Amino acid sequence: MNLIVTRAGFRTTIQDLGRIGFRQFGVSSGGALDLHALRVANLLTGNDESAAGLEFTQGNIRLRFEDERVISWCGGDYEVWVASHSIPPGHSALVLAEDELSISGPRQGWRGWLAVSGGIAVPPVLGSRSTDLRANFGGLEGRALRDGDELLLGEQSDFARSLIGLLNERPVSSWSSPAEWSSTAKTKPVLRVVRGCDWDRFNPSTHHALTSETFSVSPDSDRMGVRLNGPELHRNDDIDLVSEAVAPGTVQVPPGGRPILLLGDCQTIGGYPKIAHVITVDLSIAAQLRPGDTVRFQEISLPEAHRLLFEREQELERFRIGLSLRNK
Amino acid sequence: MEIASVGDSALIVRVRDRFEDAPEETLKEVLDVFRRLENARIPGVIELAPAYTTVAVFFDPVRVINDTVEPNRASECLTQKIREALTRGKRRQRKQAAASAIEIPVCYEPEFALDLDHVADHARISPKEVVDLHSTAHYLVNCLGFTPGFPYLTGLPKKLTIPRRATPRTEIPAGSVAIGGTQTGIYPQVSPGGWNVIGRTPMRLFDAQKDPPVLLRAGDRVRFRAITREEFEALKS
Repeated sequence: MNLIVTRAGFRTTIQDLGRIGFRQFGVSSGGALDLHALRVANLLTGNDESAAGLEFTQGNIRLRFEDERVISWCGGDYEVWVASHSIPPGHSALVLAEDELSISGPRQGWRGWLAVSGGIAVPPVLGSRSTDLRANFGGLEGRALRDGDELLLGEQSDFARSLIGLLNERPVSSWSSPAEWSSTAKTKPVLRVVRGCDWDRFNPSTHHALTSETFSVSPDSDRMGVRLNGPELHRNDDIDLVSEAVAPGTVQVPPGGRPILLLGDCQTIGGYPKIAHVITVDLSIAAQLRPGDTVRFQEISLPEAHRLLFEREQELERFRIGLSLRNK
Repeated sequence: MEIASVGDSALIVRVRDRFEDAPEETLKEVLDVFRRLENARIPGVIELAPAYTTVAVFFDPVRVINDTVEPNRASECLTQKIREALTRGKRRQRKQAAASAIEIPVCYEPEFALDLDHVADHARISPKEVVDLHSTAHYLVNCLGFTPGFPYLTGLPKKLTIPRRATPRTEIPAGSVAIGGTQTGIYPQVSPGGWNVIGRTPMRLFDAQKDPPVLLRAGDRVRFRAITREEFEALKS
């Protein structure tokens, strides 16, 4: 059964948890820019957390379903409707055959992730269903969705079927994920960073500028990276650096002094100095930075970054168990 | 060997500080480190990627922490395991000996060679001499990056060294063979780019449907062979 894209919106793509193992060939990891949000939305629909869903970048999206499905979404401050029901983020909701799902907004934030029980069943390419927009493969024909596209949905899990049963009375669930997982747009976002390997190439006043001043998001930001305006960051040496690995979260500083925060579609290597790295937990907030937004950085230690990630993972595990108890 | 973190989910093993002084030796050492780490199968390590002087180690911090007695020391424990893997055993020889070079046919006709005249002017030689120099040299793949399958090659004759274009082109055709600084490379797919284009190959450098998806890998030897427009069309089809 299909999901019919009546209105595709702007740069809506199919994404899963990304492409692992091909960086040595120059293939970026890609995937949902907020992997955690997609995992949560998937769990709420009874999917394996790695199922492919939709990443949207703006509202004005309309989808029609050919059969009954459970949906869930997380991300920016969007309004999502199914028939006459408003669907809050981080909930499970029932969609009946021929129902229309509409997405509008966002009032705040930038991106959102929609999971559908069964997942979007495009064929995996290099181990992933994610759309690589730069090299044009994966997802649907390696491109963003267009009006009129039809997406084949996968087989629903037994858990998804029992969720449908539970939602028959009331189409929006009483259960939900923690709000901080499902509504990730922040009024005054602060991204926590650990020191980058080129930290010492910058002097203390530059470190201070990075961690105390406010930066604004430039319009030329995309899935590859968030370009930032603010105090210019300059190195205290001019040694030519050999290109080496960069990763989502890397804050690199080109010669102009305007830092770039790299996201999921970033190149695999780069030759600019890496002053800092946004911690994995805060990539959820980074994925919501929209041109014009402001952002600040706060330094934490690497063990602290690991502790935060470990704790969130344990919480997700408890959430997963809690959900599965409803499968009775 | 320095091991530095790249955020909370990756490390870099820095095998050497400089590349251009001794590309061949450096690459050999880097690929040796890459293979040793591959064979070590360290729990929590997700993927490895060599680039010039370094090998990147991407890992899942949660799995590393689960494997560690003290959660606060995840990075230290992983670093320790990497060091152990690198000192263990003898230096391994490459499985496939890279004896023969991979030949890449290139059509240097004006239609494809957008910047050939510019490169010739810069080198103060004729376009034909540029082609002769470029197509007789021996190259080595340093690294893949920029876009999927894009090979960075060393071995460019010194005379052909030329800075990148001041204004990058917004669209360089797939297969374009180009020079940027002291390196030459091939654009596998249509993309923006600042290198000087001197020809085009009909070969496909990246095919996502194949495993491995690339024609060239780090450490491969490469030679270019000049072909006519007719050969280009014949090879393309």
